[in-house]
Amino acid sequence: MLRLGLVWKLFRRAAHIQRKRMAMTVAAIAWGTLSIVLLLSFGEGLKRNFSRGSRGLGEGIVVVWPGSTGIAYAGFPQGRNLTFMPADVPLLRASIPELGLASAEMIRWGNNVAYGRKTFSKPIKGVEPTYGELRNQIPEPGGRFLNERDEHEKRRVAFLGDNVKRELFGEREAVGETILINQAPFTVIGVMAKKIQMGAYSGMDQDHVLMPLSTFRAITGRTRLSDFVVRARTPAETPELKRQLFEVLGGKYRFDPEDERALRMWDTLETQKVTINIGLGIEIFLGMIGALTLLIGGVGVANIMFAVVKHRTREIGVQMAMGARRSYVLGPLVVESLFLTAVGGGIGVAVGVGVVQLLALVQSKSNSDALQFLGAPTFSPGVALTTILLLGGIGFLAGFFPARRAVSIQPAAALRYE
Amino acid sequence: MNLFVGRNGKKNGQAAPSGPPPIIDMRGLRKVYDTGAIQVEALRGIELVVQPREFVAIVGPSGSGKSTLLNIVGCLDVPSEGSYRLDGEEVAELDLDELADIRNRKVGFVFQSFNLLPQITAYENVEMPLLFKGAGARERRERVEWLFEQVGLADRMRHKPTELSGGQMQRVAIARALACEPALILADEPTGNLDTSSGQDIMSLFEQLAEKGHTLVLITHDAALARRTRRIVRLQDGLIVEDGPVSRAA
Repeated sequence: MLRLGLVWKLFRRAAHIQRKRMAMTVAAIAWGTLSIVLLLSFGEGLKRNFSRGSRGLGEGIVVVWPGSTGIAYAGFPQGRNLTFMPADVPLLRASIPELGLASAEMIRWGNNVAYGRKTFSKPIKGVEPTYGELRNQIPEPGGRFLNERDEHEKRRVAFLGDNVKRELFGEREAVGETILINQAPFTVIGVMAKKIQMGAYSGMDQDHVLMPLSTFRAITGRTRLSDFVVRARTPAETPELKRQLFEVLGGKYRFDPEDERALRMWDTLETQKVTINIGLGIEIFLGMIGALTLLIGGVGVANIMFAVVKHRTREIGVQMAMGARRSYVLGPLVVESLFLTAVGGGIGVAVGVGVVQLLALVQSKSNSDALQFLGAPTFSPGVALTTILLLGGIGFLAGFFPARRAVSIQPAAALRYE
Repeated sequence: MNLFVGRNGKKNGQAAPSGPPPIIDMRGLRKVYDTGAIQVEALRGIELVVQPREFVAIVGPSGSGKSTLLNIVGCLDVPSEGSYRLDGEEVAELDLDELADIRNRKVGFVFQSFNLLPQITAYENVEMPLLFKGAGARERRERVEWLFEQVGLADRMRHKPTELSGGQMQRVAIARALACEPALILADEPTGNLDTSSGQDIMSLFEQLAEKGHTLVLITHDAALARRTRRIVRLQDGLIVEDGPVSRAA
């Protein structure tokens, strides 16, 4: 039977450790807590940024490239190279009910893109109006993405990546201006809003110049698609969509729907999972570093508690002679350790949260790419819970072992102790 | 070995069948300390019976086993062999918490160096055994205040031990020993750290307690002090070599 009230009373009466030593221990715990709060908060920020960045490419999309057949089929040999044609996308739209959005994509590298006296070599892409939503290319205020009329009328309009815009125009307004793409004039209709993009298959979106697919075909004379981007109506339908792509395209291009080499696919949902796991892994790694730092503080508490036990050996003996059960010796020491840890932890968390908010403020104001990549450190409920659990565990253990030693003292020996 | 004669001249250990059990009843009690390489036999077969209301001095030179006997009598240690019944309860087989309860209920300790906890008040020191016993707040307050009146320190209750004289500290310790109305008061050289006058006061207090019917066992090497009790048990080399009433004529 452990009477908590009595344990608390005994703790109140016994707690009188040397101030300096106690201050040092509390400082060590505070430092450890600060470390773990900062590291976990950075980890959390990074993880969230990873997650946001992986969505920057597009949410739940599948990018499909033509491959070469791996199985001989319907009289055709193995190793036949496939190509996609512009008519494929309407075919997919018509035959796959699970298909939500689709856009064909054509890419050409090394084009002269010029404004005034500035010329840069940039990749240009011909895409359909749905591409903007699929690939999270959101126009900055004042501009727009490519639309159906652009496509239909083969308009000479361009949507610029934010990096292209900055290189050509600096801080000036770009929408409405005319640029030259391989000497042909194009009107800028929109600029992509800056986004965090982790993962790309043809360079970063910020460096691209987009135009309607019809215009691209007209000025380049190309007929084959580079790839197309699709998205299922719901993420759960993605596997079925992928299966249907093999069925429909296999029917058209005469390859075995089971032939996995015929189509190359990038399912970003799966990459997203991996990315989130990497973020989580980094967070755990950082957390472990923090936990180890905190452990050093815990060793400090254990050390001081051992000293307390030694210092109070005689008192413990007297209490035992008076009839103190083991729990009345053990309890107050554990409470004392938890108390020291709680005070240090409280200080550490308070300072940590302050620093995190300050850093988040600095990060949000900064233009540094490194800081943008790092993301804003975030003190989430998960971080708080982890910190509290670690502190509690360390505080308990740091008190329990010294206290267990205290109760193993023979009362007769303790009474003789000087 | 049959020197266990009580103050009434009759053989101890044969308590009247209908009367209360002896406070201390030790039979063939041995204590061996195993220090690894050698075994030290501190007590080599103690037969000791102390009846209620007795006032006994245990004397002997250092190394005679006094401290070991005190520890076992006070349930701070358990015998290696033999039986020990304290106020009718066999203690040889008890675990640590059961021993703690026995000490709390049945034994009041008075130490040579007082052993008051320095950081709490005299009042709180006396209250401590009552806390361990689980006494309620009101019972504790009434009991502690009454005890301070008995030892003549009612005006010193709220002082810390360091603010008290040696004699006063020992009085507080006696009040603490009496807190749970123990069957036995066990005093280990209670005047050893006191000046002569304070020592006399403390001894008088013990005599008063004996008069009131408390059972007291005093451990001392001071022959003059021992003669103020009513029975002297002399230890030597782990054995009782003499046990008899104090001759008041001497």
